[in-house]
Amino acid sequence: MKNAVGREIPDFLLTNGKEVYQGKNYMDGKYIQKASPRTKRYETPQESKLVESLADALRACGAKSGMTFSFHHHLRDGDFVVNMVMKAAIEELGLDNLTIAASSLGSAHDPIADYIEQGKVVGIQTSGIRGRMGEVVSAGKLPTPAIIRSHGGRPRAIEGGEVHIDIAFIAAPTSDCVGNCRGIGGKSDCGSMGYAMTDAKYADHVVVVTDCLVDFPNMPASVEAIDVDAVVVVDSIGNPKKIASAAARISQNPRDLMMAENVAKVIASTPYFKDGFSFQTGVGGPSLAANLFLEQYMDERDIKMGWAIGGICGPMVELLKKGKVGKVIDVQDFDLDAVRSINQTPNHFEMSASQYANPANKGAFVNKLDFVVLAALEIDTGFNVNVLTGSDGVLRGAPGGHPDTAAGSKVCIIVTPLVRGRMATVCEHVVTVTTPGDCVDVLVTDYGIAVNPLRPDLVECLDSAGIPHVSIEALKDKAYSLVGTPDDLQWEDKVVAVLEARDGTILDVVRKIKPYQLDG
Amino acid sequence: MIPRPRPERFRLRRTMMFMNAQKPGLIKDAYIYGCDSIMLDLEDAVAENQKDAARFSLYHALKTVDYGDTEVIVRINGLDTPHWREDVRVCVAGGADGIRIAKCESAQDVLTVEKATEEAEREFGVEVGRTLLMAALESPKGILNAYEICAASERMFGVAISGGDFRKCMQTTPQRDGVDMLAARGQMLIAARAAGVQCFDTVFTNLDDTEGFEAEVLQNKAMGFDGKSLINPKQIRFVHQVFAPTEKEITQAEKILTAYREQSAAGVGVFTVDGKMIDIAFIPGAERTLKLARACGMWEGDLV
Amino acid sequence: MEVLKPAAAGTLESSDAQVMIEPGDGTISLSLQSSVMNQYGRQIKATILETLSRLDVTSARLTVVDKGALDCTLKARVECAVFRSCGASEENIPWGGAVR
Repeated sequence: MKNAVGREIPDFLLTNGKEVYQGKNYMDGKYIQKASPRTKRYETPQESKLVESLADALRACGAKSGMTFSFHHHLRDGDFVVNMVMKAAIEELGLDNLTIAASSLGSAHDPIADYIEQGKVVGIQTSGIRGRMGEVVSAGKLPTPAIIRSHGGRPRAIEGGEVHIDIAFIAAPTSDCVGNCRGIGGKSDCGSMGYAMTDAKYADHVVVVTDCLVDFPNMPASVEAIDVDAVVVVDSIGNPKKIASAAARISQNPRDLMMAENVAKVIASTPYFKDGFSFQTGVGGPSLAANLFLEQYMDERDIKMGWAIGGICGPMVELLKKGKVGKVIDVQDFDLDAVRSINQTPNHFEMSASQYANPANKGAFVNKLDFVVLAALEIDTGFNVNVLTGSDGVLRGAPGGHPDTAAGSKVCIIVTPLVRGRMATVCEHVVTVTTPGDCVDVLVTDYGIAVNPLRPDLVECLDSAGIPHVSIEALKDKAYSLVGTPDDLQWEDKVVAVLEARDGTILDVVRKIKPYQLDG
Repeated sequence: MIPRPRPERFRLRRTMMFMNAQKPGLIKDAYIYGCDSIMLDLEDAVAENQKDAARFSLYHALKTVDYGDTEVIVRINGLDTPHWREDVRVCVAGGADGIRIAKCESAQDVLTVEKATEEAEREFGVEVGRTLLMAALESPKGILNAYEICAASERMFGVAISGGDFRKCMQTTPQRDGVDMLAARGQMLIAARAAGVQCFDTVFTNLDDTEGFEAEVLQNKAMGFDGKSLINPKQIRFVHQVFAPTEKEITQAEKILTAYREQSAAGVGVFTVDGKMIDIAFIPGAERTLKLARACGMWEGDLV
Repeated sequence: MEVLKPAAAGTLESSDAQVMIEPGDGTISLSLQSSVMNQYGRQIKATILETLSRLDVTSARLTVVDKGALDCTLKARVECAVFRSCGASEENIPWGGAVR
């Protein structure tokens, strides 16, 4: 069945009330039945929930084959915990048929690819998938398709019972002996633990994995002891160098700077750019650099940012400290400046993924967002964005909060170079739709700006500010004139991943790619 | 293949940005940053054993990339190397707008390149005289011969000083106030103006020293340069800002040109604008101001 | 042209391609790796073969590692490798003739 972004969704996926994507805010006003976990009572006072090893923790939680384990990705590419836990479950306890439900997975998790190939891990649900895992899933090694959700879609699915977590593993930079966890104060600090919060509340069992045990009570706790079954102390939960970069530096790349400046120009041309406006930006080169130019416009007009959300890094903390932004509400931290600031700098707060972006609660932060600046691997002439699959059809990205912030914000700006090497970023049809075009408003490239025709108000803003813009078709034509029109990818029938829209409908599927054969 | 219009000998050249002709990722679209000219470099940026490869890259870039209004100049290797003749051939065959002669020291150097250029134009069926020349003065001898160099050929549109080599010859280093090159810049400017060609300043290489860069650009403008060579796109904006005319200059130029048209139609040669005596000598300057203003996005009109 | 000795041109940088050429056995054999194989493999192969045919190369073994090079770069690298393999890359290149 064809959905609202023109993608053919196979019927076998449309069971148990699953629908195809119908357009933005389609689920508005509907009721959701929240799932409740089956959790164990600990009435007898316990001195400590410490157990000797991950294997012991797994046993204590009744781990068995066929279960779903959840993980958060605050340790990013430095994470050791997913691999450690899966190794204990598979190699020590001999479990199989396992499903990993993670808020994201990266190249740190390459070893899991082996477990997929061995058939031990049979299900993957995540926001991001890269590295070898992306390759084996793309090669169709999972018996059922991977399910890809946005950062807001994940807590929606967990709260609504679409994902039932048997055991949640919480990598915690610090914990006390009963499982009050924080993202700071240890040796592998990550700052916010926003993506772990829903897991802890909705999992049947919760295991905290830490490398820094601190005195009780570890307050204020991001994950609370009342939800935790067991605490395991390991040597190291991750590589601090890869958890938070020393400082996210603003790009010096002239191309990035040129695009960032145009992003700020577009923002400043809209009526939403007024005192108290709200803002989110990605940490990619041109997105982050937009901060720099936006600040100049704020100074010029003597206005301040009301609040900023998102993954946070140094440049935003810097604005907060300078008093140029009122509040920063933070679901994840990308560099040490942000890690050191959360809950320390006044008005720098932590939030959960649900609070950040869940479309099925009563109003997430993204719904109040004026501007979001985002990157893209590809964007097509329907303004549909792909941030998941490479142009070769292989999984190597993450929707993350992209679809959520795009849908919630008043102005969603995609900033990307027109081509990358020989890949046309602006194209006829994206490989996979991860953010539907009805949520995307403006495209800024190094070869020009395009406004979504669905937003004539923004066209007017740009025109009156004298900002030149062209049709997105013109940008696509320019891209193809530079790199050549790409051949269509060839696919097999097998679906290797299902892309859920943030509201739970099906936005797209990724099929198994047929590689081009030179002599074919 | 992209046909390029016949190069204009005297056009706006506020910024000339150097790009290594050997780097495909760089040369494919250097024009997007809005510099007036790009300078594809076959000389210092290209390693000795890659000169041949750079020429193949350059040829196809020239033939394939649509540089639009951006002027495309190629810096060829010095006349004391075995490379320069083939460099000239590829520039002409590819249709570059101009050739920058490295380490130029005499009018004879210009004539030598001019001769090779003309031969190449005949060989490749290019209109004779199409390919422009400019000279880089890199030595005290070059500076002393600046006038004869500037005046050596009808193809010459300008001269540039090359600071790195020149300072070495003069046993000095870059100074905050530019005193190290003051005499050379001055002499070159006088020679260029006397010969009626354009004059460009050297690159500023310390990208982190914004203050020093800006001071140098302001000094360039004050001394009367037409433009500056650049090594990074981020330097473009400030140069364009500094070289932009003021609102007052634009209004004045408009008045002069409008009055000139009216008066000359009536057969009058000398007239007054705002109480100031104006004659034909003011016209090129006024035209230059309006062309510059249009390039800076400050003026729209049809007087020039 | 006749490929007389092994030669190479280009780099493994992004947007470039590295071309290695060796004398062949009377035919053209091409081994190609590309970061954009699924979308451009067919066109890259065609560009390489056309370039060789313009240079009248009929016997060669080519190994091309493409890092997303545009067609103009691919041509430049193949041509340079061929001319180098004949020791003729430094001067009197037939610009606009066989090289175009």
